[in-house]
Amino acid sequence: MSRSLDRAMRSAVLVLAMLPVVAMALGRAATPEEIKAWDIDVRPDFTGLPAGSGTVAEGEVLWEAKCASCHGSFGESNSVFAPLVGGVTRKDLETGRSATLASDAPTRTALSMSPTVSTLWDYINRAMPWNAPQSLSTNEVYAAVAYLLNLSDIVPADFTLDQNSIREVQKRMPNRNGMVLFPGLWNRKGKSDVIATACMKDCAKSIAISSALPEHARNAHGNLALQSREWGPVRGANTEVAAGTGATAPIKLAAKQASTAAAARKLAEGGGCLGCHGLNAGIVGPGMSQVAAKYRGDAAAAAKLAAKIRAGGAGVWGEIAMPPQRGPSDEELKALVDWILSGAASE
Amino acid sequence: MSEQTDRRGRIRPAPENFLSRAQIAEVSAGRRDFLRKAMLAASAGVAAPAALAASGDPAILEKQVWGATLGKPVASDAYGLPSKHEANLVRRESPGLASVGGASVAFTPLQGLFGIITPSGLHFERHHQGWQDVDPAKHRLMINGLVKTPKVYTMDDLLRFPSVSRIHFLECGANSAMEWANTAVPTVQYTHGMLSCSEWTGVPLKVLLDDCGIDLKKAKFIYAEGADGSHQNRTIPLEWALDDVIVAYGQNGEMLRPQQGYPLRLVVPGAQGVSWIKYLRRIEVGDQRWNTKDETLHYADLMPDGSTRQYTSVQEAKSVITSPSGGQVMLDRGMHTISGLAWSGRGKIKRVDVSTDGGRNWQTASLGSLVLDKALTRFQLPWQWDGGPAVLQSRAVDETGYVQPQMRQLREVRGTRSVYHNNAIQSWKVTETGEVFNVQIA
Ligand code: HEC
Ligand code: HEC
Repeated sequence: MSRSLDRAMRSAVLVLAMLPVVAMALGRAATPEEIKAWDIDVRPDFTGLPAGSGTVAEGEVLWEAKCASCHGSFGESNSVFAPLVGGVTRKDLETGRSATLASDAPTRTALSMSPTVSTLWDYINRAMPWNAPQSLSTNEVYAAVAYLLNLSDIVPADFTLDQNSIREVQKRMPNRNGMVLFPGLWNRKGKSDVIATACMKDCAKSIAISSALPEHARNAHGNLALQSREWGPVRGANTEVAAGTGATAPIKLAAKQASTAAAARKLAEGGGCLGCHGLNAGIVGPGMSQVAAKYRGDAAAAAKLAAKIRAGGAGVWGEIAMPPQRGPSDEELKALVDWILSGAASE
Repeated sequence: MSEQTDRRGRIRPAPENFLSRAQIAEVSAGRRDFLRKAMLAASAGVAAPAALAASGDPAILEKQVWGATLGKPVASDAYGLPSKHEANLVRRESPGLASVGGASVAFTPLQGLFGIITPSGLHFERHHQGWQDVDPAKHRLMINGLVKTPKVYTMDDLLRFPSVSRIHFLECGANSAMEWANTAVPTVQYTHGMLSCSEWTGVPLKVLLDDCGIDLKKAKFIYAEGADGSHQNRTIPLEWALDDVIVAYGQNGEMLRPQQGYPLRLVVPGAQGVSWIKYLRRIEVGDQRWNTKDETLHYADLMPDGSTRQYTSVQEAKSVITSPSGGQVMLDRGMHTISGLAWSGRGKIKRVDVSTDGGRNWQTASLGSLVLDKALTRFQLPWQWDGGPAVLQSRAVDETGYVQPQMRQLREVRGTRSVYHNNAIQSWKVTETGEVFNVQIA
């Protein structure tokens, strides 16, 4: 009996004690080319980092073309996702602790948080740009990382990042000493740091409510009457009316709005609009609620926008053009425009 | 029954508040007459049983359409869907939480669910780069690194192994994150809805690692990676990987749903969701941690001193009352059943206590018949609501003796900016009108 067969049998006995013991060797050996194609991870010690190089200047050009639309020209935008850059001081580069993270209002960015430069390289290489992952060359990834590092003054403007210089960069990462491993939550046998007891009687002298939602936020998640079962001993509260008033009627309106909004949102998703337009923030095109704000009170807007969406075009929000949208029917297009102009609510 | 209507403090919500979807449609279509009838029925059924004392309940006395007509044939709904009367219970986003739907979360409507299993279509969604519907014929699992033979498995290969099926909860590490500093969202769907529990079927990871000849002398960690655009990746301790981690393809008796990683995902019992890599394409065995993006920039817990805890993977014991819960209204005083969920990433739930007076006094709830390891556990407590104000809380104790803490106790140690791992006791305030609100207790 071969050793691997023996091992397979032992594991079978261990894990599947109830099943008949059989050799389970299945699958096949991976080829070196296959491993090379998929084994993309880069560890903190730079195992897995391919050779290559990119300059800050190259990175800036690449950034404008492929990253700035979502992250802003300086990685500062929070319209699509949290800012990548910011919160790093020169002192942090010396101490290796991002001081902002200990403040009352910490600036959490990719650069202020990351202890390791490998993390940025690995992530951009595996997943960015968001809408075209793994489309960058190795040198482009080096260039993008170099540009990000320069924005936080970790490297100078004439820097070239490559598989060797990246090791020097690691010694200047602003939060390189900021991470701790807490065994209590790393492993299921770990002990917690928050120890409570299960008191059963007279456990507190006074009970005071320290936080509650303000009345004006009552309907911020949409009408809660439409978010619980319609029958049964508890129902969703009609949040279109003030708490405790038991007033009537508006639910009718809400239900109708909610269902047309949900249908329009589905159209926008299915029609690919939301790939370029966020509900609130812009992506490639403007955010839907930005469009609503721009055309508020403009009676001609609905017809104008329907025509624009159909024909495509640029110049109103920037230089990037919207391609002609031929997918939605005329009726669907009208529903989409109404929905956008009413603020593109997600419910 | 009839004398109940005269009791002081009885809740009589206007029935218009509780029109059903169908009734609303009728009203919108201009059928006022229908509305009048519906309101009569509603006030009869809900608020004033005395009104129908003479003849009886129209639901009984009148013929109903379902009892007087022929029903629909088999397979008219080939993949069965819930009743139209359940249309309110769907996954929802929390407005303003994320700006793009591809890097967002849709929460499970816990307020309407029973038992411990989450229907697959209501399992919460969390994607970093949208969801994909991967072709199983082209999906491969590679295992490489510190193994004797790096291997590739097709889905066909994986289905030839004997499988295990286990019921485990899956909770996002950021569940309840919005509530660290103050109350922020109205209902249990948004406070706790990044939570689900399914029966997962697949091959124990240990079997596959053994099949590749894992080098147990050198190996310390496992790395898992997805096939979708995010190529999501996480480090897992070897000890955990060899214990009960499953390479899963099944969810509640069918294949995984695309939003849950079809056709293959990792199941890491007790760990936060981000470790349960979806669209699993590769496992690497290694001797160092990887510091991936979602174990450094996110899913890492900021402490009051500015240090960040990495690799916080275990979901500590937690519980929440799902009915009655925030954003709901209790229609009447008297007998109710408080019902909720408890779970622990360290093992089984031992006990759940419930308080109706904001934590002054506690009673032990009864646990459902299924009390499983690292699974949701249903608890219940009958409650006579006297119509007065109340604050409902639940507190879980797991088999290690760990007691679910109060918000205050968590903050004392971890501050308010940790984002992840908020397992505090949840408080729901009940007012005299029967409305239930999300509150925090000092
Ligand atoms: C279409 C929008 C879009 C484009 C274009 C884009 N990104 Fe991103 N980026 C995102 C989103 C969304 C995330 C967050 C993903 C998540 O939730 O995991 C992100 C995350 C990141 C992060 C990690 C930040 C963090 O805190 O987790 C880095 C670094 C990054 N992007 C770099 C780049 C680079 C470099 C480019 C250009 C090559 C680029 N991005 C292009 C949308 C975009
Ligand atoms: C490939 C990206 C892309 C897609 C897909 C896309 N848009 Fe646009 N959209 C844009 C850009 C870019 C602009 C800005 C054009 C300009 O500045 O004039 C824009 C502008 C708009 C405007 C504002 C027009 C104005 O003149 O103010 C509306 C409304 C709009 N889009 C709706 C939609 C709808 C609805 C869909 C889906 C059917 C859609 N878009 C799909 C990129 C896109």
